[in-house]
Amino acid sequence: MKSFTTHTGLVVAMDRANIDTDQIIPKQFLKRIERTGFGEFLFWDWSQLDDGSPNPDFELNRPEAADASILLARRNFGCGSSREHAPWALEDYGFRVIIAPSFADIFYNNCFKNSMLPIRLSEETVEELFSRAAKHPGYQLTADLNSCTLSDDHGFSTPIEVDAFRRQNLLKGLDDIGLTLEHEKEITAYEAAHGITAS
Amino acid sequence: MANSASGPRTLFQKIWDNHVVHAEEGRQTILYVDLQLVHEVTSAQAFEGLRLAGRSVRRAERTIATADHNVPTTDRNLPILDLVSKKQIDTLRDNCKEFGIKHYDLNDPNQGIVHVIGPELGYTQPGMTIVCGDSHTSTHGAFGALAFGIGTSEVEHVLATQTLLQSLPKTLELQVNGQLHNGVTAKDLVLYLIGQITTDGGTGYCIEYTGETIRSLSMENRMTVCNMTIEGGARAGMIAPDETTYEYLRGRQFVPNDFDAAVERWKQLPGDQDATYDKSLSYNAADIAPQVTWGTNPGLVAPVNGNVPKPSDFADPTDQKTAAGALDYMGLQGGEPICDLKIDRVFIGSCTNGRIEDLREAAKAAEGKKVSDHVSAMVVPGSGQVKLQAEAEGLDRIFKEAGFEWREAGCSMCLAMNPDKLAPGERCASTSNRNFEGRQGKGGRTHLVSPAMAAAAAVAGHFVDIREWK
Ligand code: SF4
Repeated sequence: MKSFTTHTGLVVAMDRANIDTDQIIPKQFLKRIERTGFGEFLFWDWSQLDDGSPNPDFELNRPEAADASILLARRNFGCGSSREHAPWALEDYGFRVIIAPSFADIFYNNCFKNSMLPIRLSEETVEELFSRAAKHPGYQLTADLNSCTLSDDHGFSTPIEVDAFRRQNLLKGLDDIGLTLEHEKEITAYEAAHGITAS
Repeated sequence: MANSASGPRTLFQKIWDNHVVHAEEGRQTILYVDLQLVHEVTSAQAFEGLRLAGRSVRRAERTIATADHNVPTTDRNLPILDLVSKKQIDTLRDNCKEFGIKHYDLNDPNQGIVHVIGPELGYTQPGMTIVCGDSHTSTHGAFGALAFGIGTSEVEHVLATQTLLQSLPKTLELQVNGQLHNGVTAKDLVLYLIGQITTDGGTGYCIEYTGETIRSLSMENRMTVCNMTIEGGARAGMIAPDETTYEYLRGRQFVPNDFDAAVERWKQLPGDQDATYDKSLSYNAADIAPQVTWGTNPGLVAPVNGNVPKPSDFADPTDQKTAAGALDYMGLQGGEPICDLKIDRVFIGSCTNGRIEDLREAAKAAEGKKVSDHVSAMVVPGSGQVKLQAEAEGLDRIFKEAGFEWREAGCSMCLAMNPDKLAPGERCASTSNRNFEGRQGKGGRTHLVSPAMAAAAAVAGHFVDIREWK
């Protein structure tokens, strides 16, 4: 897994709550058996008009959003399906950080497995970021996982909370499976104690 | 917190404690997984990951697989026309073969939606930890198991290690007491609860459903409730096992050989008398009317005898904006009586409501009647076994005579990944679990209801209050 230490990037604001994984990557793209190449299908139904041309009103299609790598949204981001295709699509498109007042559990977890940092902030702080993004053209934020802060160049700075274990894994780009297998003896002992044997 | 407290414990805490392989301050706990269910859509990349890393499957006998999401529900003897779907289904078959995993293939009489076949075959048992790369894994919690959906990286983790890294969730008790009105089902109950707690009210929690109303539900109805737990934001929902659970399981194919001894063990699982939850909420079953969703998430729901709300009915500005967007997508103004909404399509099926009791309820509402001229309606059994049972009871005949299509088992129009989908603008009464934008086809408008409400709506051509249906 790629590591994540610090990231500075352009912010795109999506003023919507409950953005579900069906919107992030619609089902017709889940038939693929690869893990990459989902970025071009990100938010497919919102990003296109009925005739298949790009929807100029969609947040990510606006010229000023090109190259955005930080996504700002409202509460309950990533609700719905467990499909990891959702973080795959976001990551493949170029996002590294997602900021919202709350995230659905499975999505939140899936982000960490894909070197993306989901940041939970209070409703008020998110509101503040929406207004800053509206005020400053080309608005950028820096997420620093070493110091656990999120800041901009205009005097904004807030601490971010990340579970210590996930933070370490992200900083070092560690592979969860490899880490767990360091405890293989304990797994074997658990199986022995519970009468679990190969059938 | 790496460990739950000693002293009186809830059902959840007991199952958690029983599965801890390694706990350490500042780390996620390594939890043993008893059973993994696998389907075609979220597994290919996990198997590929194993191959790339040169890893094997640790306990192949603790995983079962089936294809359900992508499969056609028309004649199974015909080739699958969508070649990308076919490749995914073939890939699952090949992977299972390579790694020695039991696979219920398309022509197996036990094929079906993964959350229907797990319980049906007796794989799902009380006290287990059960995972699947699918958010509706919460279904299995109905048996007093800890069951939740995971991502594909985690599917790979479980295949390789038979464990999962987990942080201890908080516990939320949803207690329901009193008697449900005639015609009000488990589906209405759970839609009502989601409407109350909202779609993210359960985030970070594991829910336990308690109270006399829950206890009085059949196993299949309990599965409907737990199935939709994820729509309230909680990954897992559970119901303590009792005689209803044991009777359902007795005699099923994969239950323990010494069943009575297993029952004695399972009897230790229900929460201790004085165990407490992080949060408890209680509700009265008598307050619940048949429910119909009007918006684009399952929490946007109203009683069938009510009206579609207006954005101004909500206090919070984000909720107002969500409601306005939902009404726009659904082609509604706000203020319409729910019963006036005309429908074009009906879908009866899914892991929420595709089991035999659901089909019986729907057939009862449709018996001797005709599907409205302007409605096209389909019934898709949740599994091959459900289909056989329904046919043995003559339910297929009732449906066909009324003008419903009778299909093969699969997810079908619950997520419209196969050819079953809504056209833009079509309005559908659906017994599935998600009414997200485009869920049943781009531009399609989904209203979630119970099986009987869906069948009655198919006949009437609009929503009807099932309590007044004759
Ligand atoms: S029936 Fe629907 S919700 Fe259930 S597993 Fe299939 S697609 Fe998912």
